[in-house]
Amino acid sequence: MTKVNVYVTLRESVVDPQGTAAQKALQNMGYEEVKSVRIGKLVELELDGTTTDIETRVDEMCKELLVNRVIEDYRFEIEEA
Amino acid sequence: MKFAILVFPGSGCDVDMHRAVHGVLGEEATLIWHTDAKRLVDYDAVFVPGGASYGDYLRPGALAKGSDAMRYLREFAQSGKPVVGVGNGFQILAEANLVPGALLQNKGLKFQTGTSKLIVENATSQFTSEYTKGEEITLPFAHQYGNYYVDEETLQEMEVNHQIIFTYQDEQDHGSVAKIAGVINKEGNVLGMMPLPERAVEEILGHVDGYRLFKSILKKVE
Amino acid sequence: MEPNTQQVKEEKLYRQMGMTDEEFEFAEKSLGRLPNYTETGLFSALWSEHCSYKSSKPILKKFPTSGERVLQGPGEGAGIVDIGDNQAAVFKMESHNSPSAIEPFIGAATGAGGVLRDVFSMGARPVALVNSLRFGDLTKARDRFLFKEAVAGIASYGNGIGIPTIAGEAQFDNCYSTRPLVNAMAVGLINHEDIQKGRAAGVGNTVMYAGATTGRDGIHGATMSSAELTVEEDEEFPVMQAGDPFLEKLVMDACLELAKSDALIGMQDMGAAGLSSASAEMASSAGYGVELNLDLVPQREEGMTAYEMMLSESQERMLFVIEKGREQEALDIFDKYGVEAVAIGHVTDDKMLRLVHKGEVVAEVPADALAEDAPVYYKESKEPDYFKEFQAMEMTEPKVSDYKETLKALLGRPSIASKKWIYEQFDTHARRNTVVAPGSSAGVIRVEGTNKGLAMTSDCNARYVYLDPETGGKIAVAEAARNLVSSGAEPIALTDCLNFGNPDKPEVFWQFEKSADGISAACLALDSPVISGNVSMSNEVNGQAVYPTPTIGMVGLVHDLSHTTTTEFKAAGDVIYMIGEADLAFGGSELQQLLDGKITGQAPTIDLEVEAVRQKALLAAIQERLVSSATDLSEGGFAVGLCEKVFASNGLGANVTIPGSAVTALFSETQSRFLVSVKEEHIEAFESTVKDAVKIGVVTDDEKISIKNKENVMLIEGTVEEFQTEWEGALQCLLNLED
Repeated sequence: MTKVNVYVTLRESVVDPQGTAAQKALQNMGYEEVKSVRIGKLVELELDGTTTDIETRVDEMCKELLVNRVIEDYRFEIEEA
Repeated sequence: MKFAILVFPGSGCDVDMHRAVHGVLGEEATLIWHTDAKRLVDYDAVFVPGGASYGDYLRPGALAKGSDAMRYLREFAQSGKPVVGVGNGFQILAEANLVPGALLQNKGLKFQTGTSKLIVENATSQFTSEYTKGEEITLPFAHQYGNYYVDEETLQEMEVNHQIIFTYQDEQDHGSVAKIAGVINKEGNVLGMMPLPERAVEEILGHVDGYRLFKSILKKVE
Repeated sequence: MEPNTQQVKEEKLYRQMGMTDEEFEFAEKSLGRLPNYTETGLFSALWSEHCSYKSSKPILKKFPTSGERVLQGPGEGAGIVDIGDNQAAVFKMESHNSPSAIEPFIGAATGAGGVLRDVFSMGARPVALVNSLRFGDLTKARDRFLFKEAVAGIASYGNGIGIPTIAGEAQFDNCYSTRPLVNAMAVGLINHEDIQKGRAAGVGNTVMYAGATTGRDGIHGATMSSAELTVEEDEEFPVMQAGDPFLEKLVMDACLELAKSDALIGMQDMGAAGLSSASAEMASSAGYGVELNLDLVPQREEGMTAYEMMLSESQERMLFVIEKGREQEALDIFDKYGVEAVAIGHVTDDKMLRLVHKGEVVAEVPADALAEDAPVYYKESKEPDYFKEFQAMEMTEPKVSDYKETLKALLGRPSIASKKWIYEQFDTHARRNTVVAPGSSAGVIRVEGTNKGLAMTSDCNARYVYLDPETGGKIAVAEAARNLVSSGAEPIALTDCLNFGNPDKPEVFWQFEKSADGISAACLALDSPVISGNVSMSNEVNGQAVYPTPTIGMVGLVHDLSHTTTTEFKAAGDVIYMIGEADLAFGGSELQQLLDGKITGQAPTIDLEVEAVRQKALLAAIQERLVSSATDLSEGGFAVGLCEKVFASNGLGANVTIPGSAVTALFSETQSRFLVSVKEEHIEAFESTVKDAVKIGVVTDDEKISIKNKENVMLIEGTVEEFQTEWEGALQCLLNLED
């Protein structure tokens, strides 16, 4: 079994109103040091271990479905279990 | 003229579209369940209706892109026949790169329903020939991901190619780049738009400015 | 290890499940032996207030539930009324108060999901949602959070499944602080021949399960919802399953397709008490038994016990019975929609609910004992001291120095202010039949394929109910009917959601009893039976009950869509009429709350005969197309009502002269009143149809509001904009308060 964590974030040029709202809330709560919040998502994949070229396959998965590259960037980490 | 309405699981506004095309315009319209999408080829035009296909999970429109039906929809679009995606249908077309751009969450972060004043930016497209350029029309909208995004370079290209069809005239643009409400592909046969023309075809339901969009398509095909 | 039968009794484990010692003995007696752990769980769930109405039954029996149009009264998933042309309206209202107090987004969302299942389990296609909300006054951060999240939750479910929310109401009072009321109503349409019921009949027929898998979420939700909330810091929250409107839509579409098949014997949703109540109730109502093999139940967690599976309240699940041998037809339908469906048992003739798990019979209980034989309690009822005190108070007209500023202050109160912030988050026009969207007296939806409409509304002024439960109960029904009539509809039936405090308190039970009396009287006077409903007790925080809030959800028939009438003025020059004059009615009024910060005295009085006469007369005038706009006068009184009619119109104003003492004429909440506008050419016909209508002024095109008294003294004058800004911005303004 192989575990892959895919981190999907909004591209820098894309405004993130959710992040801005969270930043404001944190500042209101007294966490004034928060200068920016960007909210993304974490996709956890479990692979059955038969794949040999994990990196290429996961990259394809990202490009074809998990990520919309018009608005999102991504990176991933592969953990051997 | 034969219209197909391509229905994905969760495409709740399929009935809205069917009632507009069949019930009001009196045209032949068939709901095509996504697993029957190979039949699309038998039709003159395809509507991808609104709703929340696949529960809007992952990103609105993203999971429809991964379905088998998308292959047939692509082939249909490549054949040059008209394809229209409204609301979630636009999100699906954008995810599938059949029209440029992507739809982000509304800048207010909430689902919003209402009516918007739009400007018809291009009245020569096969979807808008019954309007006049610069005309102001009113259409309803209902969405949480209606904030259109496209990068600067693509935007310029779209402007040159007259791909921007509708823009928001009022403040209810949900954060959209260049106040864009509806766009076509370069070839001009695929339209995606967030406002909902099928909900504006009958006086009793409040608005009628969507009617001419359907009329434009009919005129082009016939 | 699960406790054994002896332990259940000796260690009184049933108490943790919400059963009393007497109830346990009663269960033992009806079973003829000691119930084991699983069986005790079945009894406790089915005998909870939520499922059995054990404390409320004697009161609910008072409601008029029959009538010419009634095809199905209380007792099934939803009630059904005939609307002509072989069609019927199917509706039901339900509370989701407890879950919404804990996790408002999920609680409110799954509330909408549950009541939709009640409607489509009857075979009806849901066409509209209505919601009724009660929250604290939004000055506390927790209440703002609860409110925002609950609205977002309702929106996510209704919008996700694609059913429009077309009506509703929201009121704010600190008695609901941290203990909100979230009531959802669903309305569906059906052809008579397609009506389904929750029946497990025919020996050997197959019991099937469809929808989401069963998990450990919501175990004992039915008993929890009948319990009070205690607020503790850092309390551990129970696991709640998020609603899945996507799955529900697929389940709904599949069930509606299945309902067209004669292979279907009966269908019921797994709501409160999940698989236990669905199976026991379906068997009991058909006079049969059901045997389930729990190994076959789709499970999302490992190692679930029979007890857990039976009491899980996982969402989006349906139970149905299919004619033996035709299971594949059902499976094919569910397969088309990608919904898991599986046979889990069969119908027997021994009237037992029998559960088999891992080859062993783990429970065997008469279905009737569970579904029918719950103990019935005749609770003690006692008139509270406050009632006598309030009744003895003399009514006086409040002192108001500046009418205009007072009107503005009233318009900015959250219960009166525009609710646009709420309803613009709902897809109000999905399915393309909404004729009147939220913002008018009632929502109206077109009955597809006909020229008829269904109007719907929900109402309850809980302040009146608190001051005088019987009168308040009458007013709740009358106001709902008024809203329908104002919209051009004939009221035909109602559903209710009876939200009260702890019924073990005699004063609370008295409120319940008296308000039910009031509701019954109004139902009879206005010819609208109760066809379904829901009871939500123990809405208390730290021992303090909410105001008694018997919410009324009412449906009316618009015989011809051209009768549809809305609130807003239509054209300058139209004549404005007031139906019903104001008298001293300030007990429980918005003005009283505004000035005194609390409510006291007597609730407004109501004469149901006058009410019925006025409603009939106005409806007749509307049906003769004599009326351009209509609205009833409610919270805030005349001045607020007039403003609402102006705000909703485009570019119009009003110039009126009102009789009587200024404060009363402007702000009293006297009942049975309407404000309408009539085109000049219809004046004569209108006056002869509505005898007690009084001409008070005209619609203008100057975008001003001016209200004078008979002595020609200007009471209130201003531009529409200055009033409208208060009214439109108030909710957003409150919600913008820093946390």
